[in-house]
Amino acid sequence: MSDHILEMRSITKRFPGVVALRDVTLTVRRGEIHAICGENGAGKSTLMKVLSGVHPAGSYDGDIVFDGEKVSFQSINDSEARGIVIIHQELALVPHLSVAENIFLGNEVATGGVINWHEANAKAVELMHKVGLDENPVTPVGYLGVGKQQLVEIAKALSKNVKLLILDEPTAALNDDDSEHLLSIIRGLRDEGVTCIIISHKLGEIASIADATTVLRDGSTIETIDMHTGENLVPRIIKGMVGRDMEHMYPERDVVIGEEVFRIEDWTVMHPTQPGRVMVDRASLKVHAGEVVGIAGLMGAGRTELAMSIFGQSYGRDISGTAYLHGEPVKLTSVSEAIDHGIAYVSEDRKRYGLNLIEDIRRNITAAGLHKIATGGVVNGNEEIAVAERYRTSLNIKAPSVMSVVGQLSGGNQQKVVLSKWLYTEPEVLILDEPTRGIDVGAKYEIYSIINKLAASGKAIIVISSELPEVLGICDRIYTLSEGRITGEQRAEEATQESLMELMTQEPADTVAAATD
Amino acid sequence: MAGTSNLLELMTRNIRQSGIYVAFVFIVVLFTILTGGTLLSPGNITNLVLQYSYILILAIGMVMIIVAGHIDLSVGSVVALTGAVAAVVVIREGMPWWVGIIAALITGVLVGIWQGFWVAIVGIPAFIVTLAGMLIFRGLTMQTLDNVSLSPFPSEYQMIAGGFLNGLLGGPGYDVFTLLIGVLAVLGFAVQQWRVRMRKLKYKQPVEALWLFAVKILVVAAVILAFAWRLANARGLPIVLILLAALVLIYGFVTQRTVFGRHIYAMGGNLQAAKLSGVKTKRVNFLLFVNMGVLAAIAGIVYSARSNSAQPGAGYMFELDAIAAAFIGGAAVTGGVGKVQGAIIGGLIMAVMSNGMQIMGIDQSTQNVVRGVVLVLAVAFDVWNKKRVAVEK
Repeated sequence: MSDHILEMRSITKRFPGVVALRDVTLTVRRGEIHAICGENGAGKSTLMKVLSGVHPAGSYDGDIVFDGEKVSFQSINDSEARGIVIIHQELALVPHLSVAENIFLGNEVATGGVINWHEANAKAVELMHKVGLDENPVTPVGYLGVGKQQLVEIAKALSKNVKLLILDEPTAALNDDDSEHLLSIIRGLRDEGVTCIIISHKLGEIASIADATTVLRDGSTIETIDMHTGENLVPRIIKGMVGRDMEHMYPERDVVIGEEVFRIEDWTVMHPTQPGRVMVDRASLKVHAGEVVGIAGLMGAGRTELAMSIFGQSYGRDISGTAYLHGEPVKLTSVSEAIDHGIAYVSEDRKRYGLNLIEDIRRNITAAGLHKIATGGVVNGNEEIAVAERYRTSLNIKAPSVMSVVGQLSGGNQQKVVLSKWLYTEPEVLILDEPTRGIDVGAKYEIYSIINKLAASGKAIIVISSELPEVLGICDRIYTLSEGRITGEQRAEEATQESLMELMTQEPADTVAAATD
Repeated sequence: MAGTSNLLELMTRNIRQSGIYVAFVFIVVLFTILTGGTLLSPGNITNLVLQYSYILILAIGMVMIIVAGHIDLSVGSVVALTGAVAAVVVIREGMPWWVGIIAALITGVLVGIWQGFWVAIVGIPAFIVTLAGMLIFRGLTMQTLDNVSLSPFPSEYQMIAGGFLNGLLGGPGYDVFTLLIGVLAVLGFAVQQWRVRMRKLKYKQPVEALWLFAVKILVVAAVILAFAWRLANARGLPIVLILLAALVLIYGFVTQRTVFGRHIYAMGGNLQAAKLSGVKTKRVNFLLFVNMGVLAAIAGIVYSARSNSAQPGAGYMFELDAIAAAFIGGAAVTGGVGKVQGAIIGGLIMAVMSNGMQIMGIDQSTQNVVRGVVLVLAVAFDVWNKKRVAVEK
């Protein structure tokens, strides 16, 4: 048995017109947590696709040695048979099926094709216990939050006798608590002998969990760093990733706060399908011109529900409460009404709610403000291209042209396209739901700069985020949300991660009562 | 990226689009050989336009429905119903021919409102609504006609599908007017293509090399002129061809250049994102089905005028031709992709195939098998093409 469970030697992968990986070498020791860092487009995902057989042997150059044996996987099935399991950023669960069904999907606990549900559920509970998931195994996965769904994915991987577990951005969609929980589970798996490769943009997380880190940039290996030297290695990783020093995570800005622009009072939202379930409970908040207001809350606290219910009632039912724009009450009963009133909402899930992935940049950018370049219902195509070009330049969207299909862009550039779309509607109030989720360090900085510029131009901005450093870094004032209720309001300079977390985890007694009846 | 790209690159990048033209040429050549040249004879070219124009009219509406992510299985029955209503009004009640046309169009609108209501407002999948519609409107057709055929229509009504514009400018043995229209069509196409090319260059988009562009224009010009020449040597310019050209131009414009058209693609590409971008999805869906109803009514009028009768069994399996035309023309099963011009080429492929097989005297049952297989292959190509693109990424 060699000391190395995996050696990828001189991997080169070409796509028509581009070299995605150039002579990449990755060596992973048995039983370690190995992090892979790199900006979007650096080749991390491609490397993992080569490893897992999505790109079959023969479509790339170089050798893969797994468990002391040269392997050539033709498909994901081949790699899974050897104990390599990859968990993608976009979870591959079937929402209508139960936790147990999902765990054993394709690997059912059955004799002669007949499933033994008692055994399956019992085994599922056992696996769920290993990942610290305390749920009923017959609950449909769709009812669980993203954090718990992630745990179901890991339980599923464990059911396949995994030797090498690859996690692509496992905590991207998770709040700090859930992330911490997940990381401790990954540590536990390592101690039981499962080697883990973790791809992450969260460098603090990598510093705390990884035994070794390989940095990729532009399809090449920059270096592999031993993480047990005791010094703070984060600056070195950043430097390797971006090829330059990153002085500050959050750009500076001069804050000039103006008049109140938008305010909601006693905003209450009910669950769309479960009668009596209160998702947002008598929330009140306001935002001024030039101000960046944060909403901090754990997963499931009702942040997105609050934002989407404001945005033309695109979430929930029986919405009560009043919204005021410049002190005047306004009705926002449809998305188009909200847009007409100058409200924009950038969703946390850009692929599902933000973009038409099969369409080009140009048409995505104009999707919400199409009437502005249309006369009598006819779109001015030249003007449209000009508009798209303007945003491509000003937001620095990296793409060959505005005719490039959005689905082929990196996460950061996709996010810039979504932002462009909403900026083009010239909103007064901009609600940004997890604006930097799944985006690399460099692009994050750019997004923050854009937010600052917008605030400086007098827009009222609401940022929803589960990354507390981010909330503290870019916001002027922060509301905390817990179980649908606003539990606190702090000025950013007075707030700390601890003070926010305390408010975010506070359980309002009457909300609990309302939720259980 | 800017500048020119070579032929192969353009072909492979646009395999979905260019593939259709290659397939069309292939089908035409194949059936020309199989029919010993009869397919391209002046008489048959005219006949082809007259006999299969309904497929093209239906395909225009169908591709829009498919782009939005729906399907319409009821168009065959709606063709029958609208034709039946026109026949009852004109033949049985003895009203003027144009009253029949208006009655058929109103029927089409009502059908569209009915289906649009269930799909857009109530939210029932279009597959179910139109499957039910297939049955409902067929039943209503039989009741409208008391289960018997009605004929003949007055000659004005027949003119819609059987009339020709010829002799307007005279001509020695061939119709000059038809040729003139052909020349105008070529000029219009060339100018439009040139403008598109100039605009692409202005915005630094990739365009094909100039020689390739010239070849493309020349080939299209040759095809149009040859087509016009054949028509001019037969009976002149069919009125229905003018109707078709108008529909293609109007709907090409609506789908590519208007806010409404853009909303259809946005919905098909990502319904949730479209909703959250302020697209009034219910309204767009509703209008799409009303539009389909109207186009089915036009097809119903043309078809009944062509067959000079309304029959309880008219329009049988027309939905297959229309759906196949859309998919052959490059529409995606998952919605969001597809063009009117593509659907027209797809419809022509179906028309040439049906016509060719008829000339060859192939049994109707075999024709059905072939048409069914072609539909599956067209969709299989779309699925394969999507995978191919996905792997490249």
